[in-house]
Amino acid sequence: MAVKDYIRERFFPHMWCPGCGHGIVLNSLLRAVEQLGMSKNEIVMVSGIGCSSRIGGYVDFHTLHTLHGRALAFATGVKLSRPELNVVVPMGDGDALAIGGNHFIHACRRNIGMTAIVMNNRIYGMTGGQFSPMSGLGISASTAPYSNIDRAFDVSEMARAAGATFVARTTVYHAQQATEFIKKAFLHEGFAVVEILSQCPTHFGRRNRQGGAADMMEWFKENTVPVGSKKKLENPALIERGIFVQKEEPEYCSEYAKIVDKAMRG
Amino acid sequence: MAKGKPKLKAHHVNRDWCKGCGICVHFCPKNVLELDEAEKAFAARPDDCIACKLCEIRCPDLAIDIETE
Ligand SMILES: Cc1ncc(C[n+]2csc(CCOP(=O)(O)OP(=O)(O)O)c2C)c(N)n1
Ligand code: SF4
Ligand code: SF4
Ligand code: SF4
Repeated sequence: MAVKDYIRERFFPHMWCPGCGHGIVLNSLLRAVEQLGMSKNEIVMVSGIGCSSRIGGYVDFHTLHTLHGRALAFATGVKLSRPELNVVVPMGDGDALAIGGNHFIHACRRNIGMTAIVMNNRIYGMTGGQFSPMSGLGISASTAPYSNIDRAFDVSEMARAAGATFVARTTVYHAQQATEFIKKAFLHEGFAVVEILSQCPTHFGRRNRQGGAADMMEWFKENTVPVGSKKKLENPALIERGIFVQKEEPEYCSEYAKIVDKAMRG
Repeated sequence: MAKGKPKLKAHHVNRDWCKGCGICVHFCPKNVLELDEAEKAFAARPDDCIACKLCEIRCPDLAIDIETE
């Protein structure tokens, strides 16, 4: 199938602003699905609320648009009842780590077989540019006009610490790498987190004088390095890209099936 | 062009979907693309295209397709 066969063309052009990185996440995800030759019917996309979460409206899979921050909880229900399906949960950084932070760490800890894609634009895009737990020190936001004094999380570090068994990070500038990581995450048996740095030119870019969409993508190119690179030792401010965790651990649905079996046998 | 490499047949820009963000123009390694008066992407120098598809994979609007032979 071609990439276009996986979208709901009737909803295009989509609602994202010109140059919004979330569109590139959509593009990379569609290519991953196409390259793996997946059927639309075996994928369930569960999203919350936010510009990022609107991605679910554009893909022609099974889709659920749920509550802000709670997508992983709904997805857990879907996965437990139909473990054979491939569940993917796209989330904004606010959705995943502010209101949804608790769901996020516990989904990692459970190691339930699904893929969480954190579309990290370091701001609340949909509601007008409030700072998020990913904005970081010195960032300007509508709720931090004199600059933000909250430190940022490192999503990938947090996912690793909470027990996720696949953790990777890239950016929308590195769209091919995003496709590769999403493919690996889909094939992984356990909870997979793919963090993709994405640009919100409308709020983050404008408020922080980062220029237009292409300039923000140049920033991703200049300020990230492959994991293990020597450059990171010289300049600790650089952000690492790559696969940080990839390991096998008991998966939640498989463990649950064993418990059901045990209970049935009395 | 080296043998085995995909050869360009046509650039297709969906003008209803293109929002003129300029990402494809900015990152084209061969400076093939430009925005027209209506702020839609078009291939100004198609002969220079190496069909790398970087424009296609980075378009946030799924608006550009590189057709190869
Ligand atoms: C329970 C609840 N609280 C708050 C909101 C308002 N709200 C909608 S989207 C959003 C944050 C969006 O930011 P993010 O998740 O980072 O996604 P983005 O829009 O940047 O892609 C908020 C606070 C809501 N819809 N529901
Ligand atoms: S407000 Fe920001 S995140 Fe939302 S669509 Fe526009 S650019 Fe994208
Ligand atoms: S990247 Fe896509 S939306 Fe942006 S100018 Fe090029 S074709 Fe148009
Ligand atoms: S395929 Fe490559 S060379 Fe051709 S227009 Fe697109 S980015 Fe430029």
